[in-house]
Amino acid sequence: MNVQTLERNASAASRQQGKGFVEVIDVVKKFGDAVALNHVNLTIEKNELFALLGSSGCGKSTLLRILAGFETATEGKILIDGEDLARVPPYHRPVNMMFQSYALFPHMTVERNVAFGLRQEGVPRNEITERVNEALDLVQMRKFAQRKPHQLSGGQQQRVALARSLVKRPKLLLLDEPMSALDKKIRQQTQFELMNILGKVGVTCVMVTHDQEEAMTMADRLAVMSEGEVVQIGEPTAVYEFPNSRFSAEFIGSTNLFDGVVVEDEPDHVYIESASLPVRLYISHGITGPLGMDVSVSVRPERVVLSRAKPQQPYNWVQGVVKDVAYMGSYALYRVELGNGRMVTANVAGMVLSQGEAPSYGEEVFVSWNESSGVVLTK
Amino acid sequence: MIKPSKPLSVSVLGLGYLFLYLPIILLVIYSFNESKLVTVWSGFSTKWYAALLDDDELITAAWLSLKIALMTAFAAVAIGTWAGFVLARFGRFRMLTLFTAMINAPLVIPEVIQGISLLLLFVAMEQMLGWPQGRGIFTIWIGHVMLCVSYVAIVVQSRVKELNMAYEEAAMDLGATPLKVFFVITLPLIAQALISGWLLSFTLSLDDLVLTAFLSGPGSSTLPLVVFSRVRLGLNPEMNALATIFILLVSIGVVAANQYMRASERRRAREMRMAFQNEPTVVETGDSPAMARSARGAGEPSLLTRKGAQS
Repeated sequence: MNVQTLERNASAASRQQGKGFVEVIDVVKKFGDAVALNHVNLTIEKNELFALLGSSGCGKSTLLRILAGFETATEGKILIDGEDLARVPPYHRPVNMMFQSYALFPHMTVERNVAFGLRQEGVPRNEITERVNEALDLVQMRKFAQRKPHQLSGGQQQRVALARSLVKRPKLLLLDEPMSALDKKIRQQTQFELMNILGKVGVTCVMVTHDQEEAMTMADRLAVMSEGEVVQIGEPTAVYEFPNSRFSAEFIGSTNLFDGVVVEDEPDHVYIESASLPVRLYISHGITGPLGMDVSVSVRPERVVLSRAKPQQPYNWVQGVVKDVAYMGSYALYRVELGNGRMVTANVAGMVLSQGEAPSYGEEVFVSWNESSGVVLTK
Repeated sequence: MIKPSKPLSVSVLGLGYLFLYLPIILLVIYSFNESKLVTVWSGFSTKWYAALLDDDELITAAWLSLKIALMTAFAAVAIGTWAGFVLARFGRFRMLTLFTAMINAPLVIPEVIQGISLLLLFVAMEQMLGWPQGRGIFTIWIGHVMLCVSYVAIVVQSRVKELNMAYEEAAMDLGATPLKVFFVITLPLIAQALISGWLLSFTLSLDDLVLTAFLSGPGSSTLPLVVFSRVRLGLNPEMNALATIFILLVSIGVVAANQYMRASERRRAREMRMAFQNEPTVVETGDSPAMARSARGAGEPSLLTRKGAQS
């Protein structure tokens, strides 16, 4: 019955699904003269797992701490379920956080750690026991209820921390770099487990991470942040396939960027001339912008094809010499040097490699891609 | 790299220890001397220990010292913890530097000056307010607390500074008010600093002579005062016996505390090692035999979770 109760609550909650469960409205945070957050706006839907992605110092942790109530915003508002949280202290917020270091109280057992939040609320004793057991079952840690935190492995500590932050049934769950304290080996599996548990409980989640793979794996939507500003918001695939800026393109995955000038712009295609290429760049969708505008074109390495023969198409190719080959198992990473000294990265699939047709080090090759592979970036 | 010569380092080490412990060893030996003269050995005897038991003045003084030391230790820990916590946590408030300096000052101000100034204060207060009447336990206690607060504050401050804020934030996040966080989370986590601060205050108070000399009055002679006044009249083997007993008690205390701490540290390390040895089996094996096993171990839950996952 334990897990079912949690689930019933979750489904009841998801029935009244509406937009904008959590709203971050024009939030500015200054530390003295330094601006940590610069007019940030976010709308997070109910039961969504939303990731804040960025390198260290981009303001993502500050935003998380503002949501938790440990920092106050200099300007702007935060609404959760329609309630303005500006004046609500952290100990009265319907928000719980799983800390990067887990912050399990070392002098309490697992059970007491998980019960801590409920005891502060003055929940009756028998209900506490019931809900703690329910939460520990959810993360499969009931067997360890009487252990102290130092008697647990990293993965187990993480699950206890998760149980502790879920047991109060928060409206918003905050995850601060949830995987960073774990070994790389167990990270991926833990990501899936965490997603399963969060899905089962049905809780709105904001996660902070600097690991783009983690964000891509776990998040329903993500916001790429840089220098206190949100650069792009969208679903992971959308942000990966259609980055809106050089920063997004380079931060999420790796990419090849060609700078150029728009020479022809029609509703269904655009031609761009670049100094790096002997032919024009051709992209099968239009852009909005004047002719002669400076743009960059992003082409992902997995979209790039290497061939010994000159490509048939009159666009989107360039000649070069293979400089490095890194075998990655399922694919090989090629670095091809162009005539002007620039490097282009290409992924060659394992199948091509095994057929023995892949070019080798020092060979002259043609690098090409099709008309739907390039993305035009205007800033 | 220069290799230290072994005989040389051993002899230097030996000399160092001899310098430190020879006087104490001599003192212990001479406490069993039969002669009344401290420097002449005339045979083995335990009569000075027996004499100690009959010495009412010494025993009263010892009790008084113990009482003052206990009171001082508790008061100094209460006030010092407060000060240390504020210094470590309240960021850079105005006059922080001044506050820090003033908390630390008693460490460097000569005790004689502290003693004189406190004495002047108490005398002036007595003339103006009629309180405190004369000098005694109370005034000694005030002086000792004043001295010890600095030590406690420094110990607590450094411990609180290295304490991960996340524990307190987590407690607050889970609904505990700041005051509750302090008592339920912060205090237990800095308990070791409180204990060392307590012990430090206790010993400082127990053997303080200078400050006490200024602040004591008739009928409130602490042990160090009595010992000092007697030694001025001539060395007495009884003092050697007293010192030997003290050394014995302190050694037992220190060794026991060390043993206890080392044992608990070793146990903790072992438990942590065990927890992490289990990690690969728990986490690596997919979705996951180890976890299924642990769930089955707990009885019902494995069934429950599976049902939960399907519905």
